[in-house]
Amino acid sequence: MNKKTPLIHITKRTDIPVSRSILIRLAAVIIALLVCGLITTIVTGLNPLEVYASMIKGSFGTKRKVWTLLQNISMLLCIGLALVPAFRMRFWNLGGDGQALMGCLAASACMILLNGKVSNAALIAIESVAAIAAGAVWALIPALFKAKWNTNETLFTLMMNYVATQIVAYFIIVWESPKGSGSIGIINQRTEAGWFPAIGTNKYLLNILIVTALTLIIFVYMKYSKHGYEIAVVGESERTARYIGIKVEKVIIRTMILSGALCGLAGLLLCAGTNHTLTTTIVDGRGFTAVMVAWLAKFDPFVMIITSFLLVFLGRGANEIATSFSLNKAFGDILTGIILFFIIGCEFFINYKINFRKSEGKEAR
Amino acid sequence: MFDIVSFIPRAIAQSIPLLLGSTGEIITEKSGNLNLGTAGVMYVGGMCGVIGAFSYETSGKPMNGLLSVLIPVVCCLLGSLIMGLIYCFLTVTLRANQNVTGLALTTFGVGFGNFFGGSLIKLSGAEVPSIILTNTSNFFRTKLPFADSLGWFGQIFCSYSFLAYAAIIIAIIAGRTLRKTRVGLHLRAVGESPATADAAGINVIRYKYTATCLGSMIAGLGGLYYVMDYANGIWSNDAFGDRGWLAIALVIFTLWNPTTSIFASILFGGLYILYIFIPTGTNLANKELYKMIPYVVTIIVLIITSLRNKRENQPPEGLGLPYFREDR
Repeated sequence: MNKKTPLIHITKRTDIPVSRSILIRLAAVIIALLVCGLITTIVTGLNPLEVYASMIKGSFGTKRKVWTLLQNISMLLCIGLALVPAFRMRFWNLGGDGQALMGCLAASACMILLNGKVSNAALIAIESVAAIAAGAVWALIPALFKAKWNTNETLFTLMMNYVATQIVAYFIIVWESPKGSGSIGIINQRTEAGWFPAIGTNKYLLNILIVTALTLIIFVYMKYSKHGYEIAVVGESERTARYIGIKVEKVIIRTMILSGALCGLAGLLLCAGTNHTLTTTIVDGRGFTAVMVAWLAKFDPFVMIITSFLLVFLGRGANEIATSFSLNKAFGDILTGIILFFIIGCEFFINYKINFRKSEGKEAR
Repeated sequence: MFDIVSFIPRAIAQSIPLLLGSTGEIITEKSGNLNLGTAGVMYVGGMCGVIGAFSYETSGKPMNGLLSVLIPVVCCLLGSLIMGLIYCFLTVTLRANQNVTGLALTTFGVGFGNFFGGSLIKLSGAEVPSIILTNTSNFFRTKLPFADSLGWFGQIFCSYSFLAYAAIIIAIIAGRTLRKTRVGLHLRAVGESPATADAAGINVIRYKYTATCLGSMIAGLGGLYYVMDYANGIWSNDAFGDRGWLAIALVIFTLWNPTTSIFASILFGGLYILYIFIPTGTNLANKELYKMIPYVVTIIVLIITSLRNKRENQPPEGLGLPYFREDR
């Protein structure tokens, strides 16, 4: 007698209408925001409506804030896009931070050492090449070992972050100015040599345009190029890839060089485009946040614009709450964490279907 | 001159958070869950302990030795248990991607630690300038009474507090349980091949939950040890650093064996503070380069482990994969 049918029965869903899946995700974000408001109220005793209002003010309050928001989105998106090819290949590149940091280091090295020796245009060209190459090299090292001996890439790339941080810390002391300050200050502040030119009056616009172009390029590369196809096959099944004659090692190495190079580009944009300095925290953990950006968007470059907007908006909003109510800035990380939990969790309802046990009467018939 | 007698105790003290973290992570990984959130769990464990101790110290009552140890420990275990439950619920029940969940857990946990570290005083309205729990810390740092009378022997072997010895005992028990008992066998079966374990009548979901939550609680104690013992009860934001990640790397280094982790942790603890003991004079820049050593060694270890590609050295077969009974 099968009297014990379980109450809940879970089955895999093979297809779900796009509108439905968007609806589920939207619901998850809204619930998450409500929970965040609730938690903020419990912890700080503030009116939740005020909290949301100050979050929006933090991102869109002034024209300057909107530009900063766009700049932050484009930086996060740039590293996210860099990770897409690697993740598609199931290569967990957690080293975005280190790769971007090496890019920053290379760019600022050129700006400091070649200042006044070459023309400004040549300097910008040299520093761009150097930054992109530095990022690529930093990603190439773990890729070589992954391809040859299947070394665990998650931890390898992670450790490379810390190595990069220490190298940067070393050079900051070497180049510090003024001596003893422990930082290198704004590089070439007087001459602005090696700085990316401002378009009109907007110094962030060039960065944003570059990243927009990159979004399109990555979309085409992943979807329509032969390389993109090879990456997808290797990611799905290495054995299949070998069987149909794809050189897996070559694909791993080539893709990681690309991934690292784009992270280096992000470092270049940070150093030459906006901050004009070098610190150990200049990348600000974007390498990790970018993992979320890419994964939440299911590696679709256009959806990633939305996810990076969401994460940047949350971060800046929470910062605004923190400053206006004099709390610690890390509050943003808590909120981001909670929202990520919800979005990660909601995937379940997209991939699986929950069937409840039918009532006894129907069963008997 | 390299001062070995003062180097070893500091290396061991430094190794305890790594040991607790890696023991917890080994138990977790044996059930097939790769919890990359260990760094976050350890932050939360440490912070919950601090919150408990802080509210007890500022409550104004006279401090009872036993209670002032017990309250932070219980708070820490509860906090890390909740983190473990969040991870399990997302990855086991909702079958989410383990790497992404782990990273989200780290973001949340580190944020939690730093936020309360920076705002606890304001939120509680207490009239103290910063979180300094020296009284609680003194209870945690109670040493064996005869340690000082034994010279260098006492300094190297007996100068630690109870949590340090507890960590080593936990690691030994965990090692034995995994290899010699039925529970350990079942747990390993769940990690290697959940479908087979399920067919043999082992409750896969229960094992995954129990192992991951237990692992989180042990890892959380590592955070508590760091604040209360190593840092003398002073919480400073981001001071815990990347020890959580090193603990995860240690798991591979020890080939999923908690007993080996005791020695591996001490080795890494030593590497972690080596830069203090290497004489560099006034050249501060070189010191920064020496701080790189533990990470470079981790990388070398990863490479060597992947080169020695033996069957018994492999991670649990089902590591990182969600289990869905009807997925054939």
